[in-house]
Amino acid sequence: MSSITTQDAPRGFSASEYMTCLTGIVWREGLRFLHQRERFVSALVRPLVWLFIFAAGFRQVLGISIIPPYETYILYEVFIAPGLMAMIQLFNGMQSSLSMVYDREMGNMRTLLVSPLPRGFLLFCKLLAGTAVSLLQVYAFLLIAWFWDITPPPSGYLTVLPALILSGLMLGSLGMLISSGIKQLESFAGVMNFVIFPMFFASSALYPLWRVQEGSPYLYYLCQANPFTHAVELIRFALYGQVNWISLAVVATCTIVFMIGAIYAYDPSRGLARRGPAGGEG
Amino acid sequence: MQAEVRKQMLRMWRVGLLSGLALAAAPAHAFVAYVSNEKSNTVSVIDTDSWTVTKTIKVGQRPRGIDFTRDGKFVMVAVGDDDTIQMIDARTQAVVDSLPSGPDPELFAQDAAGKILYVANENDNTVTVIDLEKRARLGDIQVGVEPEGMTISPDGKILINTSETTNMAHFIDTNSRQIVANVLVDARPRFAEFKHDASEVWVSSEIGGTVSVIDPKKHEVIGKVNFEIPGLRKEAIQPVGIGMTKDDKTAFVALGPANRIAVVDVASRKVTKYLLVGQRVWHMAFTPDEKYLLTTNGVSNDVSVIDVAAQKVIKTIQVGELPWGITIAP
Repeated sequence: MSSITTQDAPRGFSASEYMTCLTGIVWREGLRFLHQRERFVSALVRPLVWLFIFAAGFRQVLGISIIPPYETYILYEVFIAPGLMAMIQLFNGMQSSLSMVYDREMGNMRTLLVSPLPRGFLLFCKLLAGTAVSLLQVYAFLLIAWFWDITPPPSGYLTVLPALILSGLMLGSLGMLISSGIKQLESFAGVMNFVIFPMFFASSALYPLWRVQEGSPYLYYLCQANPFTHAVELIRFALYGQVNWISLAVVATCTIVFMIGAIYAYDPSRGLARRGPAGGEG
Repeated sequence: MQAEVRKQMLRMWRVGLLSGLALAAAPAHAFVAYVSNEKSNTVSVIDTDSWTVTKTIKVGQRPRGIDFTRDGKFVMVAVGDDDTIQMIDARTQAVVDSLPSGPDPELFAQDAAGKILYVANENDNTVTVIDLEKRARLGDIQVGVEPEGMTISPDGKILINTSETTNMAHFIDTNSRQIVANVLVDARPRFAEFKHDASEVWVSSEIGGTVSVIDPKKHEVIGKVNFEIPGLRKEAIQPVGIGMTKDDKTAFVALGPANRIAVVDVASRKVTKYLLVGQRVWHMAFTPDEKYLLTTNGVSNDVSVIDVAAQKVIKTIQVGELPWGITIAP
């Protein structure tokens, strides 16, 4: 028995270790969200302002037409509800990536990244945590919207869940990819303006795309190429128990691409988060 | 405020529960609806199980008023520009006969036994009385200018006709075939509907924008239903068709170019909800089980389906051009 065992040899991690990491990250994100009451309120107020004020003003402006998945005429507020749900997730995705920039500035990120678990998994956990928080916000919005006569079929509340998870992951990974290239908190606001507003307005969130096409065919193509449009349509169809396969394919593909991009970007040896000569994280 | 929220929560549970029950229950019995298309001179046949148009029947010119005979064997459709009422065999879905109305028949009503038919002839200021068994004309009753709305009391003794230009509801004794009273209502009365317990007659006024509630014994207007839709001009609210549930608790009023159906609490005569349907909604019909209400939307060429219990529009189906009237097989 002369052999000496060393700890240096790489070993795999058990499922429970992965779970501990996942619950830890999700729990932290959940706690952080619950403690930031103003964040919860502002996450709800934003879509509700659109719903109560903007939609009321535009109710008579938009033309009447029945488009799938709707089977009858709908009020404008019913039309924009899925767009506002996606908007909640877009803001949330950007906000949790903002928190990553903050963590990096404050040094908290090191605590996360020194974990022996694969970095890709850590980032995925972070994404899941962000998505879980966005689900809370979306369902709270749906509850309030119900009193505003936005009443999808009861089963729709369940069928929309997978769509929300997928779109939450896509928008979260996009936010993460963007955050990897940002060194300071201050510069993030500009990026939000350059990402959130163009994505939101050049989509089917506020107006049906056939209307956009009437106005400008080029803008229509731009909207079609916007992954956010497909997130909105995926949610819209799922809320009425249907699947928009094209949107599903686009959102799934974008999720994978953005996630791989984010994992690559957060790899210190290769990615955009590579330590520069004058600093880096922390 | 709290009571309102509690009420809403209760409604939410109820709708959820109902939908759950509906899912568990066997599929509803299918009915057949017939829609007259004023411009395309056709009648669209809708299956209420699949909610699709299963057949389009060519009829005479300008079909408007449409109703089943009481035995459910024939569909009668008033073809105004052909000055007659055509009969469609419900089994073969083909026009098989016609009834002798006056010029430009528009709406009609039949007695409870289904033996006598009363037809409003728009261009002739008369109501024609037709024996349905012999398919023969029995006579005419002189009424106001542009007669349209027709309804008969549940006991069959009083016939009510509204004349669009005279702005009156004429109360006609079906025995003597004489007008016994005229009640002035708001401008352009289009449609009349008795409560099932015969205690009130509701008359819609298209230009007046109201529904007058008349006591049929005293021949007096005892109340009015008013409509107001935020963001819509008052002139766009033009009530026409009225449908009342069998328990007389809820009335549905079609508001024409307001593109909405008003849900009215009959007891308080207050609107509780507006349901968005297609453009220029005029007439409606319940399925016999009263589960659904179908409305004809003239300008958008479609028929909207309302879930009566949930008070929600669930579907809209394309039909022919300018859908006007609708009837559903008993």
